[in-house]
Amino acid sequence: MKKSLMILALSFGMVSSGACSDNRMHSHGVYMLVDTSGTYAHEMGKAAKIVNYLLATLNPGDSLAVAKVESRSFTEKDIVAKVTFDKRPSQATSQKRVFKDKIHTFAKEIKGSAYTDITGGLIQGAEYLNETKSGIKTIVIFSDMQEELGKGTIRDFPISLDGFRVVALNVTKLGTDNADPRLYLDRLARWEARVRKAGATEWVVVNDLEHNLESILTTR
Amino acid sequence: MTNWNSWLFWPDHVALSVLVLALIAMVFLYAARKPMHGIIHSTCTLMSHSLRFVSRWLFLAADQMGLRNQSVLLAHGQESEAVTIEREFERVGNILRKDMQEFPALQRKMLEEATRMEDEYRKCGVVPPPPPEWVTALESVAQIKSGGDIPRKLLEDISKSIQKIHDKTIAEFRRSYEGRHKILHAMQPSWRTVEKLMGEMDKKMVTLQTNAKQIDVHIGKFEGIRAKENKTEHALTMSSFVHLAISSLVMVIALGGAFINYKLIALPMSEMVGASDYLMSNLKTSDVAALVIILMEASMGLFLLESLRITQLFPRIASMDDRMRRRLMIASLAFLTILAAIESSLALMRDMLVADKASLMRDLASIAPAPSDGLLTRIPMIGQMIMGFVLPFALAFVAIPFESMIHSMRTVVGVCLVQGMRGLGVTLRFLGLLFKRLAKVFEMAYDITIVVPLMVERWVLTMRTGPSVEMEEPAFSKQRRAA
Repeated sequence: MKKSLMILALSFGMVSSGACSDNRMHSHGVYMLVDTSGTYAHEMGKAAKIVNYLLATLNPGDSLAVAKVESRSFTEKDIVAKVTFDKRPSQATSQKRVFKDKIHTFAKEIKGSAYTDITGGLIQGAEYLNETKSGIKTIVIFSDMQEELGKGTIRDFPISLDGFRVVALNVTKLGTDNADPRLYLDRLARWEARVRKAGATEWVVVNDLEHNLESILTTR
Repeated sequence: MTNWNSWLFWPDHVALSVLVLALIAMVFLYAARKPMHGIIHSTCTLMSHSLRFVSRWLFLAADQMGLRNQSVLLAHGQESEAVTIEREFERVGNILRKDMQEFPALQRKMLEEATRMEDEYRKCGVVPPPPPEWVTALESVAQIKSGGDIPRKLLEDISKSIQKIHDKTIAEFRRSYEGRHKILHAMQPSWRTVEKLMGEMDKKMVTLQTNAKQIDVHIGKFEGIRAKENKTEHALTMSSFVHLAISSLVMVIALGGAFINYKLIALPMSEMVGASDYLMSNLKTSDVAALVIILMEASMGLFLLESLRITQLFPRIASMDDRMRRRLMIASLAFLTILAAIESSLALMRDMLVADKASLMRDLASIAPAPSDGLLTRIPMIGQMIMGFVLPFALAFVAIPFESMIHSMRTVVGVCLVQGMRGLGVTLRFLGLLFKRLAKVFEMAYDITIVVPLMVERWVLTMRTGPSVEMEEPAFSKQRRAA
């Protein structure tokens, strides 16, 4: 009798310890960078739709942050809204409503920036997601991936994106790309090489926002 | 290629090298013939004996297991038949106690009816008509010797009187018969009552007779079990198979119910224990919590049925004194009701969560909310709540097929195991036989590779000893064929 009780207690302990260590491993952390430079400021409607998709798809316990890409993006001030959803579904639903309202307000009051610091945004996103201790970490970049750095902004150093998924969304072709498509392809290849060198597990490009949105969160 | 070449004496003359190699190999194989035959023979004999030994052990074990299965099956069958007979006797006892109590009253009633009928019958006895007075008068007139008007007048008067009397008598007779008919008519309800009572008695007697026949059948089975008849054992085994099939079917249906139950409470449980908590890699805590609640409901149902003595999985509960058993019954019923109420409220919460999520989705998709009809939208919610309350009680009855499944599974698994062991025993025996014969086959196959030295050996022997060896060879071949 004592032996069986001990086994029961031991198995319960093992299960409990497993539960504690395993909880965050299933949560999903998403950091979305929204390019606000130049003509991209007009694409905010699409960005809002993607945020809505993320809100509809993410589960209780997951984290979501939306930040704008500006001339220098390595700062918390660029984070428009961030949340870690409550474990209770009802509370998570309320938080999603509040988040949606914040993004709606941001989309209305957006101002274009002179430069585009994608690398700074990536570093900031990686920091934020590492803090959330999410199991699956995804950085979504809503941009044409054309980085333009202002004077004095230094970003040519190796960055760390160990275990991250990087998703480039709505990578529009520039006027010069149309003249020479190699520029567009080279740009994407350069970014892929850079994030993979930084330790990213996956690099995904999604241009078809109508039918391919599920690729944002689905791990291949 | 390099390896091959290293084996060749003259790499430029492959055929010659191979021939020389074959000859050398043949000589070695011929020299090793006896030990090789010995190895083949010993290995095959060892294998054959081992397989036969294991086969024999399997047969013995199967027989022992069969005997054990038989004793368990018969004991279980005996117990079950004893319970059935006891219940049949109880039923007969109840019929006798209930109906025989009514018999004196019934008898009194029938006697009263019979007395009444007898009285009535007596009343309607035939009353002979009074003797006609005119016969005496006719005799008086006949004694008058002289004729004349007087006798004629007298006869005429008599005739008139007789006519009057006749009419009166006939009228009275008819009146009397009418009265008797009325009495007989009044007796009809009494007859009907008696007939009805007789019918009731007959029905009760038929029921009693049916019960008696059933008891006879069960006693017959019981005797068969006691006598360990093969027919009874076979019937019990088949009955176990049927019970297992039926109880498995019911269990599958119950599992379907449990699955619906689980779906009903898994989502709201995430509101209580958290939706993002995982117990293991893919096992959500909320799912486990929902499962635990369902299992608790099933356990409470099991205890309830145990305390009601419907099932007998726990002998300790069955042997409890009545007061304790009643307490256990009340406790398990109370727990079951509480769990059902919890589940009903969880079903309500599920509906609210689903509605809230649907509303959020509409907001995110910027779709106008659908116009809601109050009653129509409430029907699923009410349905879910009712299901949440009823399903735990329905799940409680799983204990009955569960018990049947456990009991019948013991027999079915035992029978399958015995058959499996016997099948394996036969296969091993066949393999043992095969190995025994294979020894000869391998030896002969070995001899084929050294056929040239053997022919030389035979030739040398013939040269040395004459035709006697030649005579031995056919006998040897015959022996081989026989083997």
